[in-house]
Amino acid sequence: MTSDGDQPLLRAEGLTKLYGTRVGCRDVSLDIHEGEVIAVVGESGSGKSTLLGLLSTQLGLTSGRILYRLRDGAVRDLMELGEAERRFLLRTDWGFVHQDARLGLRMNVSAGGNVGERLMAVGWRNYGDIRREASAWLEQVEIGLDRIDDRPDSFSGGMRQRLQIAKNMVTRPRLIFMDEPTGGLDVSVQARLLDLIREFVSGYGLAAVIVTHDLAVARLLSHRTIVMRHGTVVETGLTDQVLDDPQAPYTQLLVSSVLQG
Amino acid sequence: MTTAVAYNFAYLDEQTKRMIRRALLKAVAIPGYQVPFASREMPMPYGWGTGGVQVTASVLGPDDVLKVIDQGADDTTNAISIRKFFQKTAGVETTTRTADATVIQTRHRIPEAPLKDGQILVYQVPIPEPLRFLEPRETETRRMHALEEYGLMHVKLYEDIAQHGHIATTYAYPVKVDDRYVMDPSPTPKFDNPKMHMSPALQLFGAGREKRIYALPPYTQVISLDFEDHPFEPTHFEDVCALCGAGDSYLDEVVTDDQGSRMYVCSDTDHCEQRRAAAASDDGAAA
Repeated sequence: MTSDGDQPLLRAEGLTKLYGTRVGCRDVSLDIHEGEVIAVVGESGSGKSTLLGLLSTQLGLTSGRILYRLRDGAVRDLMELGEAERRFLLRTDWGFVHQDARLGLRMNVSAGGNVGERLMAVGWRNYGDIRREASAWLEQVEIGLDRIDDRPDSFSGGMRQRLQIAKNMVTRPRLIFMDEPTGGLDVSVQARLLDLIREFVSGYGLAAVIVTHDLAVARLLSHRTIVMRHGTVVETGLTDQVLDDPQAPYTQLLVSSVLQG
Repeated sequence: MTTAVAYNFAYLDEQTKRMIRRALLKAVAIPGYQVPFASREMPMPYGWGTGGVQVTASVLGPDDVLKVIDQGADDTTNAISIRKFFQKTAGVETTTRTADATVIQTRHRIPEAPLKDGQILVYQVPIPEPLRFLEPRETETRRMHALEEYGLMHVKLYEDIAQHGHIATTYAYPVKVDDRYVMDPSPTPKFDNPKMHMSPALQLFGAGREKRIYALPPYTQVISLDFEDHPFEPTHFEDVCALCGAGDSYLDEVVTDDQGSRMYVCSDTDHCEQRRAAAASDDGAAA
């Protein structure tokens, strides 16, 4: 019972975010264990992205707290970490994949430079080593090495998302946040990206929180699903359970509104 | 020489000079840190050295001897007009000799002659933020300085090597000051970077449009950033100066006709003249 595996990697308690009097997110609690993938689904404006912002400490909490188990095993309240520590965590132990690759990548820096940035940020100062490591990760996300010196603005949407993933993975994070990673991609490109994410998650024991409005993405990737509406959690459970046997009326509506091919 | 009576000494009013001196003191106390200051309108366009002129005006005293250079030369438009400006508004003595000057205002060069204790070198700076071209948000760059997040600076050098096979940044080459702040040494050629390191002179940087002042106190460690396997190397020239024969100074290429002929001459005109004068007197002594 005392092994690390039983302790959650991240525990959120009563997360609430108010924008003035409007509710961004109210009283959300959840545990994320190592290697676990959690999907957050719900319609636009349901508070999914707010929740992701809170968990990744990019938004300030109105109330609640977030505990995180650091690599050295110490459990810390994220709001009590200094800004330097928090930012360090964000670019080493965590990853963030944005829907809009422009937010996650430097469009005027080559693919290799994008992947190498995190390494240089943690003190790598040998060009050859950085380049080797960047090449290895580009290969893993199926970006040809002939593109290593090209800028991401010459990349297709799918390649940009894969580059974002490589950029995040290079420091071997334990937790990765994804905001609609497949949004705006066509179906075949989506499938390839989902395969890749699934491979990484199982291969590297990565924990992930994936915000999506696409129930198929949730079904394919996640172990557990959280359904949100109006800033609160309406249902949570194992993904198969939630999607195949929805209990809350809203979830039933959501599941039944998926077009049946 | 007489001062134009309508102006306060060195043009700026005393309150403004106090404000700038306070910024200068802070800048000296935190080497390499960019101190915001209330930059004034000056009677010259931005880009002509309004920041440097304000710093010079604030440190200048009646007994100072001023030298102004632009790309190393004392006789270019920018240098002449700033020198005349201070002759007119401060009535100070001016010189072209590096060794005689107490205050040297410069655009894009550090004199070849080693600077001494007690001298002040004032740089004109167009863009003080070394991270600017990689991170356009000022809020973000300030935070990066505060938290010492300088990985991005190496991304720029990485890009150079990836594109050109070597670090192709030849001017405004980023340096780390006193093992803390990353600083843009203004667009001086990287040839001059080693001269900043442990210099006995006080080095002040003024950016008028961007409203920033930063400084290197005497004997401050200034290290040019690089990679282990691509170390910093100052520019080397194959040629020697066509006028004075110097092989160790920074050379300008001068096109002499439309047939492709060119010559290389010292960019530091004072240095070149001193060497030629010394050579002439040697010849005279020998004859």
